[in-house]
Amino acid sequence: MESTALIKVENLSRYYQNNCAIDDLSFTLNPGEVLGFLGPNGAGKSTTMQIISGNLAPSEGQVSIGGFDIIDSPREAKQLIGYLPEHPPIYHQASVDEYLKYCAQLRRVARSAIAGALEQVKLDCGLSDVGHRLIGNLSKGFQQRVGIAQAIIHNPPVVILDEPTVGLDPIQIREIRKLIKSLGHERSVILSTHILPEVQAICDRVQIIRAGKLVYNAPIEALDQGNEQAFTIALKNPPDIEDLRKISLVDTVEPVDSNHFHVFFSAESPAETIVQQSVRNQWGLYEMVPRKASLEDLFIELTHDHEADKR
Amino acid sequence: MILTIARYEIRSMFLSPLPWIILAVVQILLGYIFLAQVDSFFILQPRLLGLENTPGVTDLVIAPLFQLAAIILLMIMPLVTMRSIAEEKRNRTLTLLISSPLNMSDIVLGKFLGLLLFVLILVSLLMLMPLSLYAGTELDTGKLFSIYISMLLLLSSFAAIGLYLSSLTENQTIAAVSTFGALLMLWIIDWAGESINGGQSVISYLSLLQHQQKMMEGVFDSSDVAYYLLIIVGFLVLTIRQLDRERLL
Repeated sequence: MESTALIKVENLSRYYQNNCAIDDLSFTLNPGEVLGFLGPNGAGKSTTMQIISGNLAPSEGQVSIGGFDIIDSPREAKQLIGYLPEHPPIYHQASVDEYLKYCAQLRRVARSAIAGALEQVKLDCGLSDVGHRLIGNLSKGFQQRVGIAQAIIHNPPVVILDEPTVGLDPIQIREIRKLIKSLGHERSVILSTHILPEVQAICDRVQIIRAGKLVYNAPIEALDQGNEQAFTIALKNPPDIEDLRKISLVDTVEPVDSNHFHVFFSAESPAETIVQQSVRNQWGLYEMVPRKASLEDLFIELTHDHEADKR
Repeated sequence: MILTIARYEIRSMFLSPLPWIILAVVQILLGYIFLAQVDSFFILQPRLLGLENTPGVTDLVIAPLFQLAAIILLMIMPLVTMRSIAEEKRNRTLTLLISSPLNMSDIVLGKFLGLLLFVLILVSLLMLMPLSLYAGTELDTGKLFSIYISMLLLLSSFAAIGLYLSSLTENQTIAAVSTFGALLMLWIIDWAGESINGGQSVISYLSLLQHQQKMMEGVFDSSDVAYYLLIIVGFLVLTIRQLDRERLL
């Protein structure tokens, strides 16, 4: 059963009583890839991750990790994963060092290698200064880091992170992102989140799931290509919309309200021309915001519309 | 791997004040009972002098002491076992063990071994009291040993039952109350047996304390040992199955 993919999920379904959480889901994770797992609340992200990590049994379908089936040979499969669940599984009464050492032992890190692994992981996660403190006394951000440290201490080829940045302050979020990105150099990462810029910032590939079904799966570059570029301008004394459309380099203009317009262009940015025209004709330009061809649009289109349609 | 879990288990147990309090309270209660027993032995002693084949200190002081200890611990063991799995479920730390490369049996055996260590500490501390009598008199070492083993077996089966009931719930109080109920039931179940058939029915055979009785008297019957081992193994298997089953819910 040799396969190039590190994780292979085939026709995975999962029911809670009669409630279907995951419906016939299939995907793969390649070595060295950071996969962003997106979806609205209750779409089945966490359930999928719990199944991959062996915390839940699938109702149907298979999950194999590095060729080992998670049900048939769980020990071999679990040895290859580091998993950070939604709630970090930390013991509040233990100190960081104690806890991480225990984790290393549980993951069968060789006795002689434990001290080294502990130092390395503390360095990677910025925990070097808090080794002796009790986990329960640490702030949420540090607890989250301990959670991540716990997932990577045995140097697994796959790291599964379930909403790792939830509840953190912006600086901590940035640090955690940096950490995840550095993880991606050597390992494969599955990252679930509903913070979209996060995915754009760190992932190589995006998957969107809705109501247990995979609705989008593409490399992150595909998002940038193919989409037109645009920005939104605001004018105090807007001219006729046709005048705006005539500006060179502009493909088309769509009015948002009486003052705001979306300006679309494909090759070069017409920003400079627009500013010059505005000054010359006294349009009173007071805002110019580039619109990122965004994951957000895609996300909303894929996950929201259908629900509205149903009603 | 089992040992790793057991070691962590006993260490984290002693990080909370509960086991210290339990050890202290049990020690104080039984210390008082022990003194009372020794006292009454002094009153009895002159009357026993003339008789032949009289019961000794081991029978009159130590056996009753540990019979009472068994009953006190029946009420206290649920407090020791209640947290072992329920707390991990409540704090969602069980995920750590489940997503580590371990078998479910490793986890359960590790937890049980942790409890066993506590039981060992508890019983050994209690054993110090009768051992102190060596200073003034001769004891029946064989009987003493039999009592020691019987206490270990009894408390281990309490622990196995408590572990199973702790795996059924997230709530420690529920785990404690149901364990207490189950242990009490297994103690008093032979009352019915006695009234029906003069003591030798199937029901009375189920009684946990019944089997200890003979060992307390120094009769080391392998069927009694087998009974306790069966209870322990049975409830451990149930616990493993329960944790496995939960992944399917």
